[in-house]
Amino acid sequence: MTQVIGALAVWAAGWLLNLRLANGPAHDSRAVRLAVPLIFGATLLVMWELIVRGLGVPTVILPPPSQIAATFAGNLVMLWGDFVQTILKGALAGWVIGCGAAFLTALLVDRFDYLRRGLLPLGNFMAALPIVGTAPILVMWFGFGWQSKAAVVVLMVYFPMLVNTVAGLQETSAMQRDLMRTYAAGWGQTLRSLRLPAALPFIFNGLKITSTLALIGAIVAEFFGSPTLGLGFRISTSIGQLDLGLVWSAILVAALTGTLVYGIIALTEKTLTFWHPSQRG
Amino acid sequence: MTEAAAVTSARAASGTRWGLPPVLAVVLALIGLWYLAVVPMNVQEVLTRAERAGVTVQPESAVARRDMGTWALVAGNPHALGESWSLDRPRLPAPHQVVAELYKSTWVEETRGRRGLVNSGSLSNRGLLHHALVTLNATLVGFLIGTGLGILLAVGIVHSRVMDMSVMPWAIVSQTIPIVALAPMIIVVLYSVGVQGLLPKAVISAYLSFFPVVVGMVKGLRSPDAMQMDLMRTYNASPGTVLAKLRLPASVPYLFASLKIAVAASLVGAIVGELPVQKGGLGARMLAGSYYGQTVQIWSALFLAAALAALLVWAISAVERRALQRMGMGA
Repeated sequence: MTQVIGALAVWAAGWLLNLRLANGPAHDSRAVRLAVPLIFGATLLVMWELIVRGLGVPTVILPPPSQIAATFAGNLVMLWGDFVQTILKGALAGWVIGCGAAFLTALLVDRFDYLRRGLLPLGNFMAALPIVGTAPILVMWFGFGWQSKAAVVVLMVYFPMLVNTVAGLQETSAMQRDLMRTYAAGWGQTLRSLRLPAALPFIFNGLKITSTLALIGAIVAEFFGSPTLGLGFRISTSIGQLDLGLVWSAILVAALTGTLVYGIIALTEKTLTFWHPSQRG
Repeated sequence: MTEAAAVTSARAASGTRWGLPPVLAVVLALIGLWYLAVVPMNVQEVLTRAERAGVTVQPESAVARRDMGTWALVAGNPHALGESWSLDRPRLPAPHQVVAELYKSTWVEETRGRRGLVNSGSLSNRGLLHHALVTLNATLVGFLIGTGLGILLAVGIVHSRVMDMSVMPWAIVSQTIPIVALAPMIIVVLYSVGVQGLLPKAVISAYLSFFPVVVGMVKGLRSPDAMQMDLMRTYNASPGTVLAKLRLPASVPYLFASLKIAVAASLVGAIVGELPVQKGGLGARMLAGSYYGQTVQIWSALFLAAALAALLVWAISAVERRALQRMGMGA
């Protein structure tokens, strides 16, 4: 019981600290901007630990963070194998192929107006569909290896990326295009020096959305059949063994990867589209 | 508008040099490609069956055929490919087979099946409609929970600096986590504490639909400009009044835009949530199909899921048009 009260006390302390920081004189400084969410996250973790211990929640329902961290540290080699299988082979291959194909299609679609009017509504529609559902079919076609996971990822990322890139390529104003015409720039030159840079914010937006989708696709596809390693395999088998610590460790791997990839994309975006209003803010 | 201009604009609207609306042309092309793809995808099975029926097939032994490329097989045996589009368990079913299965497992099952709607008074549990309804229920419950929580959180974020600074970054981080991977665990854990049926799936749906709503609503609630906020100040309006009279109405277009994304995400959540627990639903139907090699069944479930997604998004767009028109913001 004391631990639960302790959890509430930690919560109150963290919240008060954040209140003072957020409304204090330095609320716009970089350090405070970083500290406030970190304090919030740390508070949540401590509360989780204390409440799970205090109320005696069985570890097969919700393990405390300390146990997850211990399992994570104890299974690093195995989790690295899963990471390579699911993320480096399945998700990354599929993501690169899917985004590349979508980008090339977008260039084609942009060149021919008829295609644009035909493909774009379809692409918008497909982007809203539960494409994850094709996973069982693709696993049947391409076998249990990473190839089938990459295929699922290709299908999942293709349409959102296509829609975003096409929207980006149309982002230029008539004035800017006229300027390129007065320079007698051809289609390729216009593309390189005007339309691609203008499309970059949209392309990065697409990359951000699809990076999460790629992880989801690769993991969910493993539920339909996989070799004896991979994050999805680890999650589904560890649940069968009620080894929740390992399940959470696998999720931690996926979460860390997702956040890291998002961070890398955001950073690249910042350096490449420094001129865009949303980055100058 | 002159007559010539009217003709040009009509042509521009329907679209085309070839007199075909572009969307239709693309769809037709895709269906054509699909029919073509059926041949190489199924060629092994088709040739085996043809051989059993007594037709001479190019490489005589099945082993030799297995090692050959599919295109070489197709080119070598044009006379034996007749069954490509009518196999029982094809690797890739032809579109008309999927449509036939859809018809059979909805209309025929309900009107003539022993457990169908006509004979038993309730939807047949062997038909697709029952499964679609299970999925739809979970989707809608999850969607409502997610949207409600999302709006509440957005209101909190807009009104409190601390919440904005502490919760918002974590909301973004939470979206970079492939949360669907949690689905089986959430379901198993909730099952072990005695919660089962609709709610576990709805929790996953809610989680997926919650984020688009938060982001959209935060943007929407902050969309009134300084002039409008100043006006509310001169009226000495309380934060509650500002919320009710200015912020909420201003956020409606943003809300609907994010609702459309949220409902699609919610459907994905419900389908994935049905995978671990085989208790009905389109996701369960797909997994069962993949266990028993019933490809046509998977495809028909997939098509029904697509139709469901289209229906949900369309319904929200219809409400959006109505609402915006009534608020004087419609086009």
